[in-house]
Amino acid sequence: MPAVENLSLNPTRRGLLAGALAGGFVLAFRVPAGAQPESEPDQPADEPAGPFAPNAFIRIDPAGRTTLTMPQVEMGQGIYTAVAMILAEELDADFASVALEHAPPNDRLYANPTFGIQVTGNSNSVRAFWMPLRAAGAAARAMLVEAAATQWGVDPASCATASGEVVHAESGKRLAYGALVGAASALSPPADPPLKDPKDFRLVGKSLKRFDTPDKTNGKTVYGIDAMLPGMKIATVAHSPVVGGKVAHVDEAAAMAVPGVRRVVVLDDLVAVVGDHMWAAKTGLAALAVAWNDGPNASVSSQDVWTALREASAHEGAVAKSVGDADGMLKKGGAIEAAYEMPFLAHAPMEPLNCTVRLTPESCEIWIGTQVISRVQKTVADLVGLPQDKVVVHNHYIGGGFGRRLEPDMALTAARVAQAMIGETVKVVWTREEDIRHDVYRPVYRDTVAATLSKGKIAALKYKVTGSSIIARWLPPAFQKGIDIDAIDCAVDMPYDVPNFHVEYVRAEPQGVPTGFWRGVGPNNNVFAIESFMDELARKAGKDPVAFRRDMLDKEPRAKAALDLAAEKSGWGGALPRRAGRGVCVQPAFGSFIATVVEAEVDTSGEVRLRRVTCAVDTGIAVNPDTVVAQLEGGLIFGLTAALYGEITIRDGRVEQSNFNDYRMLRINEVPPIEVHVIASGAAPGGIGETGTTAGPPALRNAIYAATGIPLRRMPVDREVLAGKKEAWR
Amino acid sequence: MQDTFRLRINGEVHAVTVPPDMPLLWVLRDVIGLTGTKFGCGIAQCGACTVHVDGRPVRSCLLPTSAVGEQAVTTIEGIGETKEGARVQMAWLALEVIQCGYCQSGQIMSAAALLAQTPAPDDADIDAAMAGNICRCGTYLRIRAAIKLAASGDAA
Repeated sequence: MPAVENLSLNPTRRGLLAGALAGGFVLAFRVPAGAQPESEPDQPADEPAGPFAPNAFIRIDPAGRTTLTMPQVEMGQGIYTAVAMILAEELDADFASVALEHAPPNDRLYANPTFGIQVTGNSNSVRAFWMPLRAAGAAARAMLVEAAATQWGVDPASCATASGEVVHAESGKRLAYGALVGAASALSPPADPPLKDPKDFRLVGKSLKRFDTPDKTNGKTVYGIDAMLPGMKIATVAHSPVVGGKVAHVDEAAAMAVPGVRRVVVLDDLVAVVGDHMWAAKTGLAALAVAWNDGPNASVSSQDVWTALREASAHEGAVAKSVGDADGMLKKGGAIEAAYEMPFLAHAPMEPLNCTVRLTPESCEIWIGTQVISRVQKTVADLVGLPQDKVVVHNHYIGGGFGRRLEPDMALTAARVAQAMIGETVKVVWTREEDIRHDVYRPVYRDTVAATLSKGKIAALKYKVTGSSIIARWLPPAFQKGIDIDAIDCAVDMPYDVPNFHVEYVRAEPQGVPTGFWRGVGPNNNVFAIESFMDELARKAGKDPVAFRRDMLDKEPRAKAALDLAAEKSGWGGALPRRAGRGVCVQPAFGSFIATVVEAEVDTSGEVRLRRVTCAVDTGIAVNPDTVVAQLEGGLIFGLTAALYGEITIRDGRVEQSNFNDYRMLRINEVPPIEVHVIASGAAPGGIGETGTTAGPPALRNAIYAATGIPLRRMPVDREVLAGKKEAWR
Repeated sequence: MQDTFRLRINGEVHAVTVPPDMPLLWVLRDVIGLTGTKFGCGIAQCGACTVHVDGRPVRSCLLPTSAVGEQAVTTIEGIGETKEGARVQMAWLALEVIQCGYCQSGQIMSAAALLAQTPAPDDADIDAAMAGNICRCGTYLRIRAAIKLAASGDAA
């Protein structure tokens, strides 16, 4: 973990924003003088005497003000509060008074240990930073204790810390951290500072209030889309509706005639209209009446995509895991087979995509909310031909990421528009229609699975997943030997003890449809297929779905305990009305063990009503338990929304959906009570942000199976099938 | 064509010169700089842009500025000055409703309008008043609970 070692104790101020930092220390970004955005919150200047900054995460000034730099971005998952809790826990800071800052782009200081670059994703912020942040806090605390002990002439071991003070109980002496800043700054950070015993935690494990929420109740929070700079223009864009298409013709005069329109930017594959406000830009774009040459993907349809995927799925794949002899066992006969298919999905975060850019011949400044700040910096630097350290990126609170903001394309688009207006500041805001139609979509997947049963258990299981490799595009070095490690996640490590088990992956890229990470990522697909198949196998075995799973979970006691708790709390096995059913899902996703029971009913017209959801989670140490509960509630709704409504379809190379009228979301009147039971655990923290999303769809699908006997094998739920108007897809 | 309008927003008068059909949302955000009101869909499907016009919840993304006239506009920046708004904001924090927060300006505006109209709403009232507000983070359960808490006055 690079971020806490070899860092200078003498932080230098600005100018070190990125790049060659010979042991330097990076302060939080500041907006340069003369360009203070009107809507950006003020950040108080540091005390001129110089703060104590033992590492990239902690800075204490002589007034005692403690500032914590957030390596991970806040997009609703509560990570700012969790990171602050972990740092403050080991630092023994006065938690109520800490200030938080977004980290600037700097992979060397703030890289996610899992990815090697700054990434907030994969539900791994707490998992990846748990030990590094604890060590950072503990190192700072040890230095402050040593400084105080030296001053008092006592043994550091006889000193304690609490709420931003070092205390020597024997003499009754105490010193605030602020008073120790100078002395502590002269010390070297300890190589291996002692960490607290978790039983002594004062903050971690408590449901503490979030730092980010008060300003979200009164409109003060500044998201990327709220950046307001002097003289700023606002633009909106239209990308070619077909991937690979080019602009054929525009009516520039018509757009320029719209009041408030200042400029039309026509590039080869996109157009932008720049105006005084979004209304002028939108109206101008409509008036532009762009005609396109659609290019090689002009005739692509969803049917083509499915046909190609099914053909690819018939091939052998790269072997991701093989235990025993599943093929041999299956050839003996009696195999039960199924195939499952998952649709394209859009992310549709509530904050439409946006990015504000000011480009000059010497510099570039960017205002954005992104999950990949250093990648935004590099992507734009490469485009405009500036060194990376000349591209300043101001990150913001994110109005929903869900994986969409793991891509830098909205920054690239904005920078391309800015290239046509050097020296001006332009905010490029996508309409919702542009967002839905120019997403990087959750890939279509096809999963084929075959198994044999013996004595009520699975004897052999062969599972093949076919779909796009996002990893191969997004993190190429991680794509090895034909295996996409994300696409097989929760397949190779599925929780059941199966003696003969074989997993393959076939890479198949859909023509003309870009794919990307979507909340729940690979596990979304694999947990759905495996957990759906488990219910079909349970029925073949003549066993209850919970009992069938439970009998194969002896080697995963945490999953088994979660299953037992979810079954108990959901009233599993209790009587239900006609056409109502309960479905269960067990998953090991993102390092947390979760069992979920969905109770649903299906009416004769095929409509599905969610009745109740019960979830039991062992996520190891829950840093902020209320956040864990909130993430599961929200994640479940995100997944259930997709299961009930989510599908992006393609016709004539174009995405057919456009806005929330035809890409539907669950609304408050459709959401059932959700109970989340957090299991006490001393294990290292697991991930949580995406877990509910993977849990919802299979549990719902199995509830529908229980209610109707219809084994749905494609998502989203097909109401015509449930109404008996058409055959279930097999 | 542009006209000058004198808009009464959160108790202050703002004179703006804009096209008459320009939705109030963009006047608030891009002309006046009140960015707490959010753009979500532009077609009155998501409720992120909800403001009050003479106390009624209105989707500002489809409300032409010329239709506002003398009516009092209240936005998220001003709703805390009303009894219901302050209660809703406190209940939202007491139950830690918010995740990303982007839709919550609209949620709070819809909830405050509901409570002003129906001081003790039941589940059906809440469904009717809040179903027009999408939350992609899925905070609906806490929104429902927080509205009930705000109605009870116990969060204050």
